[in-house]
Amino acid sequence: MAPLMAYIALTTGFVLILIGLYGALTNRNILRMIVAFTVANTGVNLVMVAIGYLHGRTAPILDAAVPVEQAAALIIDPLPQALVLTAIVIGVGVTALMLAYAYRLYETKRTLDISQYTELKW
Amino acid sequence: MIRRLFVILLLLGLGGVFAGLVAGYSPDDTLNLTARYYADHTAQDIGAANIVTAIIVTYRGLDTLGEVTVLFLTAAIVGLVLAQSRRKADAPQRPLPPSGELLTTGTRLLVPLILLLGVYVFVNGHLTPGGGFQGGAILASAVLMLLLTDPLLRIGHGLIAAIESTAGLLFVGIGVLGIVLAGGFLDNRILPIGDLGNLFSAGAIPIIYSIIGLKVGAEFSSMLATLAETEDL
Repeated sequence: MAPLMAYIALTTGFVLILIGLYGALTNRNILRMIVAFTVANTGVNLVMVAIGYLHGRTAPILDAAVPVEQAAALIIDPLPQALVLTAIVIGVGVTALMLAYAYRLYETKRTLDISQYTELKW
Repeated sequence: MIRRLFVILLLLGLGGVFAGLVAGYSPDDTLNLTARYYADHTAQDIGAANIVTAIIVTYRGLDTLGEVTVLFLTAAIVGLVLAQSRRKADAPQRPLPPSGELLTTGTRLLVPLILLLGVYVFVNGHLTPGGGFQGGAILASAVLMLLLTDPLLRIGHGLIAAIESTAGLLFVGIGVLGIVLAGGFLDNRILPIGDLGNLFSAGAIPIIYSIIGLKVGAEFSSMLATLAETEDL
């Protein structure tokens, strides 16, 4: 049963990605699409963290529980965590940008229904 | 609906790919080479107790500089896109309901504490889970609370811009100092590494992460302020 935890986290992440993409593709409301994108974003982050997880190990912080000499045998992979930290911050920025554009779109047509925006449709 | 069918087919395909990935996934028992290098060398090379911080600020410090730049660009573009929608000072304002005793008193009590927590989180970024980005987000949450209490509050963009540009210049300046005094751009050994686990250890990491914290806090605050200043539609 040891690695079950990794599978649960991994599967949850992939399911979140699918839920997010489904929401973004089927919803017509721009705000709902933005929320769906953030759900998918969370799923990607969860998958990355789950891949760096090693069973029975602890966080990559050197302290009384993790002596320097044994660090390599006790900690989980720190690199995915650093990547996800970056990804979360960039995700916030992207969400803020999407909201700003949504505001401007609403200003032009007074609706958030994406099917009303047909200028680039062909 | 045929549209919905296409979406479901697409997602089924993607789900199949993901299922294949999960089925073929075998968790590692040991660290891979890169992670092992970080685990073995962080303590004597960088001196930071938090290995994630060592990676973000020093080993891959250039990436973090790029990340902060992306955040700056985002804040700038949000400001630019919403610039024309800014509420005029003399524009008629629909009366807002009072924000309530609970929120007002709670804000007065909590905002200084939240700011303190944010500063604590980014100053201790090399020792505990946390760091500049988390601390900066906490700082911005104090601004968000102020804006919730008084949606008409105007936060000085001049102050935010001053904090942000000073922090950015200092960040790059410390990076260049690393070239002159130590091994390369953003090398943290321009200051003594000190003892592992002390507040004043890990060379320049606490300083760099504090600067990042201020910069991220200023950028998030500026996004929040810009969004709050837009006109009601």
